[in-house]
Amino acid sequence: MIRALFSAKTLLVAALLLAALILAPQVLPRFYIYLMALVFVTGLLATSLNMVLGFGGMYQFHHAVFYGFGAYALTLLLTKAGMPPVFAYLLAPCCSAALGLLLGLITVRLTKLYFGMLQISLGSLVWALAYRWYSFTGGDDGIHGIPLPDVVYSSTGAYYFSLAVCSVSLLVMYLIVNSPFGRIFQGIRDNPERCRAVGVDVHRHQLAGQAIAAFFAGVAGTLFVTVEGSVFPELMFWTLSLELIIMCLLGGWFVFLGPMLGAAIIVVLRTFVGIYTEYWTLVLGVVLMLLIFFLPEGVLGFALRKAGPAQADPAKE
Amino acid sequence: MLRIEALTKSFDGFMAVNNARLTVDQGEVVAVIGPNGAGKTTLFHLITGQLAPDSGSIRFQEKEIAAKAPHKICRMGIARSYQVVNLFSRLSVFENVQVAVLARRGKTFNLLRPSRTIAVDETNQILESVGLGGKADRVCGMLSHGEQKVLEIAIALGSRPEMLILDEPTAGMSPEETAQTLALMKRLVAEFELTILFCEHDMAMVFSIADRIMVMQQGQTLVEDTPEAVRSNLLVQEAYLGGGAAPC
Repeated sequence: MIRALFSAKTLLVAALLLAALILAPQVLPRFYIYLMALVFVTGLLATSLNMVLGFGGMYQFHHAVFYGFGAYALTLLLTKAGMPPVFAYLLAPCCSAALGLLLGLITVRLTKLYFGMLQISLGSLVWALAYRWYSFTGGDDGIHGIPLPDVVYSSTGAYYFSLAVCSVSLLVMYLIVNSPFGRIFQGIRDNPERCRAVGVDVHRHQLAGQAIAAFFAGVAGTLFVTVEGSVFPELMFWTLSLELIIMCLLGGWFVFLGPMLGAAIIVVLRTFVGIYTEYWTLVLGVVLMLLIFFLPEGVLGFALRKAGPAQADPAKE
Repeated sequence: MLRIEALTKSFDGFMAVNNARLTVDQGEVVAVIGPNGAGKTTLFHLITGQLAPDSGSIRFQEKEIAAKAPHKICRMGIARSYQVVNLFSRLSVFENVQVAVLARRGKTFNLLRPSRTIAVDETNQILESVGLGGKADRVCGMLSHGEQKVLEIAIALGSRPEMLILDEPTAGMSPEETAQTLALMKRLVAEFELTILFCEHDMAMVFSIADRIMVMQQGQTLVEDTPEAVRSNLLVQEAYLGGGAAPC
């Protein structure tokens, strides 16, 4: 299965990269380890969005709601339900997937912009719940000091945990994108009408895609809790969703690893430009404008096209 | 095999298809002709479920299919090509056909097996049979217009249909490409025993392949008969073939 998808060269590069990331905490200061963990979390989240956005052609305008929902689910399962951490970590993404399915049942009936607008409205309802329900979700304060298991409590532990979960999730998502389901999904992106005409139940596939993407957003949510030790309503606010879309476009939304790169750029930019000015979004705006004019395929899409047309899209080779 | 009776569809009061009837028997090649706006494409949309009729019946193999969802009609054995090229624009030629093959085999919820290992032989066979074998890896947007029209047919074949509906299969093709497509259609009938329903403006082509011809005018069935009878029919000559002179 793995051999059919990756060349020996790709496997070698991946192994070297993984080895470097495993060794990183031995040499890098704690702050950078924290930053890298944040990149994994955000990158995983952006990649999960791109499964439906870039590969499914769905205008997923409010993806963050599944992220926040996963984070809250884990937190509440740990604090309110007192569930053993292993189960809480497994169940939380499933909660996100269930929410994806539920919202999807309503939204996939619409297409394009209408789909996206309805998703923003419904997602905002979920956000409002978290924002106002003080007794349950902590309201706008969120919940802090979440009792995490000891193994992931230290910043190094959280780093390794996010690295492992993120790697496995990326691999699984890559398999899905390249599976028959992924192929049909790309067909739906390009031409839903034609897909119906060859016998594809478009709504069912969009619903399944929605649930899968929500699941991995939920996984990213649990990782956020692991890294930060807290949750707050901003995790499911719609501006974050917008930022995620920017990450996908920035990195390249037709390339599997594009959103990961886009997330890395934005997280790093926010952290370092944020030191000098609180108007860091101004810089982001300029970057975005340059991107739209000069790199419409995103950074990674552009780089791969330059590297050679044969490798233009590793996700589709 | 296909029996259409009293089929009607209107758009804001405009009768696109008005009380149309049509019968297609197993193994037949039936052409639908008529001036622009006669309702040919609407008729095809109605058969394949893209549109739901206002009234009337469409029976395929004795089952009513009017207003069924397109994917269900496809699974019953009707596949179609489009008048305006309607492909999966970012996918390769191979992947375009593979989508249809995967959909037919019901493998579309297989999440973890690499799709490049599934349905490869069958997809390649279809591409070979329509003459696109050497271009499997191209992105379909790089093909010429004529080749894209052929890919249209190849995608429809991926559904392994019993009945193939072709909406102006040779529109915009060069004379050579038209001849090749005609040969392809004849081969599909001979080799795969396909039933074909198509519409076309190229009268030479229509009369050279069709077993029967249905003439549509203003949404109605004007005549439904053999090519010889249609050719000599005065009504048809007035409505469509430009008066006096017989075509071809």
